Amino acid sequence: MKGNEALAHAAIRYGADGYFGYPITPQSEVLETLEELMPWDTTGMVVLQAESELAAINMVYGGAACGNAVFTSSSSPGVSLKQEGISYIAAGELPALIINVMRGGPGLGTIQPSQADYFQATKGGGHGDYRLITLAPATVQEMADFVALGFDLAFKYRTPAIILADGIVGQMMEKVVLPPQRPRRTPEQIAEQCPWAITGKPASRQRNIMTTLELMPQAMEEINVRLQEKYRIIEDNEVRFATYGLDDCDYLIVAFGSIARISQKAIEIAREQGVKIGLLRPITLWPFPSAEIERLAARVKGIMVVELNAGQMIEDVRLACHDSVPVYHFGRLGGIVPNPQEVLDSFFNHFPQN
Amino acid sequence: MTEEIIISGFGGQGVLSMGKILAYAGLMNDLEVTWMPAYGPEQRGGTANVTVILSDKPISSPVLDTYDTAVVLNQQSLDKFEPKVKPGGLLIYDAYGIHRRPVRTDITVREIPAMDAAVEMGNSKTYNMIVLGAILGMKPVVDVDAVLRGLKKTLPERHHNLLPLNEQAIRRGIALTK
Amino acid sequence: MELNDIIKEENRVYKRPALLTDETMHYCPGCSHGVVHKLVAEVVEELGLQEKTIGIAPVGCAVFAYRYIDIDWIEAAHGRAPAVATAVKRLSPDKMVFTYQGDGDLAAIGTCETIHAANRGENIVIIFINNGIYGMTGGQMAPTTLEGMVTSTTPYGRRVDLNGHPLNITPLLALLPGTCYVTRQAVHTPAATRKAKAALRKAFAAAMEGRGTSVIEVVSTCNSGWKMSPAKSNEWMEQNMFPAYPLGDLKNELTPNVEK
Repeated sequence: MKGNEALAHAAIRYGADGYFGYPITPQSEVLETLEELMPWDTTGMVVLQAESELAAINMVYGGAACGNAVFTSSSSPGVSLKQEGISYIAAGELPALIINVMRGGPGLGTIQPSQADYFQATKGGGHGDYRLITLAPATVQEMADFVALGFDLAFKYRTPAIILADGIVGQMMEKVVLPPQRPRRTPEQIAEQCPWAITGKPASRQRNIMTTLELMPQAMEEINVRLQEKYRIIEDNEVRFATYGLDDCDYLIVAFGSIARISQKAIEIAREQGVKIGLLRPITLWPFPSAEIERLAARVKGIMVVELNAGQMIEDVRLACHDSVPVYHFGRLGGIVPNPQEVLDSFFNHFPQN
Repeated sequence: MTEEIIISGFGGQGVLSMGKILAYAGLMNDLEVTWMPAYGPEQRGGTANVTVILSDKPISSPVLDTYDTAVVLNQQSLDKFEPKVKPGGLLIYDAYGIHRRPVRTDITVREIPAMDAAVEMGNSKTYNMIVLGAILGMKPVVDVDAVLRGLKKTLPERHHNLLPLNEQAIRRGIALTK
Repeated sequence: MELNDIIKEENRVYKRPALLTDETMHYCPGCSHGVVHKLVAEVVEELGLQEKTIGIAPVGCAVFAYRYIDIDWIEAAHGRAPAVATAVKRLSPDKMVFTYQGDGDLAAIGTCETIHAANRGENIVIIFINNGIYGMTGGQMAPTTLEGMVTSTTPYGRRVDLNGHPLNITPLLALLPGTCYVTRQAVHTPAATRKAKAALRKAFAAAMEGRGTSVIEVVSTCNSGWKMSPAKSNEWMEQNMFPAYPLGDLKNELTPNVEK
């Protein structure tokens, strides 16, 4: 099944309460698959095609404020529109899942794959000091798996999570094992697990108010300090990454998402030629696997960062290894996907082998 | 075993669904598979291609620059992918609409008159299934039974009455290679 | 008669709604918001809907509406209240969900959300305070600002050739098949206030019955923004706002043949 279809199936099986989205290539299959599967008849999940990405993200805000597991999906230009709402969701400390199947920009750009929204996803994206737990799937299986992971982390930390995929992993088909169907939470479970949720005020508790407005600067700073403390806990506990060929490598490639797989193929070819390159694939782009990269930098001759952008994650790699080794970048822009040989050519260009 | 295939032609020729059936057949044969379309805004016309990888090992890159097998169904596709076939690999093409024939001698080149065969069968929509049959005839990477099950899986149920015709077309395609 | 003889339960003609909190309202004296808040609190209380009611507050003067009525609230981003309300109601269909929005929130930045929520016939109530000005940000032009009206961004009066026409959005909403009840009210006199309250009751009941979207526009004053005394504002509203935004039901599919 396609990566986008896997997202839809996995969300229903997770027991998600609602999806709100607006069509945009290359991720429209998420909404299309949900409409075709009609989960409102089976699990009771709400699916709604909103009038805009703005409306969709604010529907997510409303649904999440009520303690529901709700999500939205879009692609780059649409995710830009959602940034206001994402900032509110982060400020309101609400759990929600956002999916960006990236395409090439800036502007309306192209519908071909890209990873140019790395900065937007990992550094916040909207206004204010906030972070999104950013998951980067490289396989269709991970598209399915990260729905549950994203929701679980979002609820654990009461913070929005984003699946930062690209057009390749959204559009490609692979074998996927879907999780078993989980029941949706009942209103009683939501009230118990999310005492902050907007559920209608019973006599037994004070009223709940979901607001992100605080005009007193002292109080607003306290809110920010609390958010930052939460982000440090996430950074200490939720770093995830995958590796290939690290045991004996002389060089390191750092790449995320589908370009990591293209890089792995390049590494396979290089190893046939006797050049030992290892791959570190960050799964969480935030929190970033800085400690692991710092550790690896101490024992390799150089690092190449491969991205479908002009050089975004490379900044985090250089910060992680304090430029203790040469760090180069290879990227294609605007929707061009390089093949393994191009990646390898760039590597040999940066690191000539006699 | 790893088989890296590109199928390329005009949008509307059934290129993507051919790849899809092949990928499903791989699944039925317990292989790892990737199906990676080069997608465009247009639903019809324009060129479309799909990369299908079948392997008994986990697949790294779904995007390739050289292929074991290239199936090309128009001139642009032939021009683009003939040089990308690995030495010793296979190039399948239909001469229909082709004015410059393949020139490489270090690969197996096989012409399949699929369009003529489809016209003979009285239904031009069987075209892609004939081509699919030809791929299987030349490179039996998955068994025909799995392909037929893959076809059943990808075809919406309301079109299941067309299954026998499609099976006929696949077998016709195989026969063209013998 | 002694005072104590008068203050008795049987003599009581009015009481403060139990659902109004003790917070001191930040609204200017003479503002219509306080009256409408009180009506909402009364109606929720009288219908016994406190546990079921979820209010969606706007950005604008009513941004702090959640401070004053003792129910669960969500404060929405500017203009997005109908989208937020849509999700809340769809995910919890047994709840009474209303938005409370000003003219800038509803008819400028949130026009899209308003029209689409109403067109989908979401089972919510939209309370629309129309005072023809942006009160909170200091008196700028609103979409409903009348022609010739002076605001801080139309210091020589609204000119149609420069600023376009006043947007009369409520009749537009009445045209949509998703709305079941669209009415225009005011709260400048006791009689008008009683009628506005009756409209709110009807709308809240309709939302619980799943009849579609109700829109209650309240043509209001903004004496600070208009730079007039409260009494003068009421006069000015009657003379200038009411001709442009006449009171009465624009659509009522709840009680056919009764009020038409």
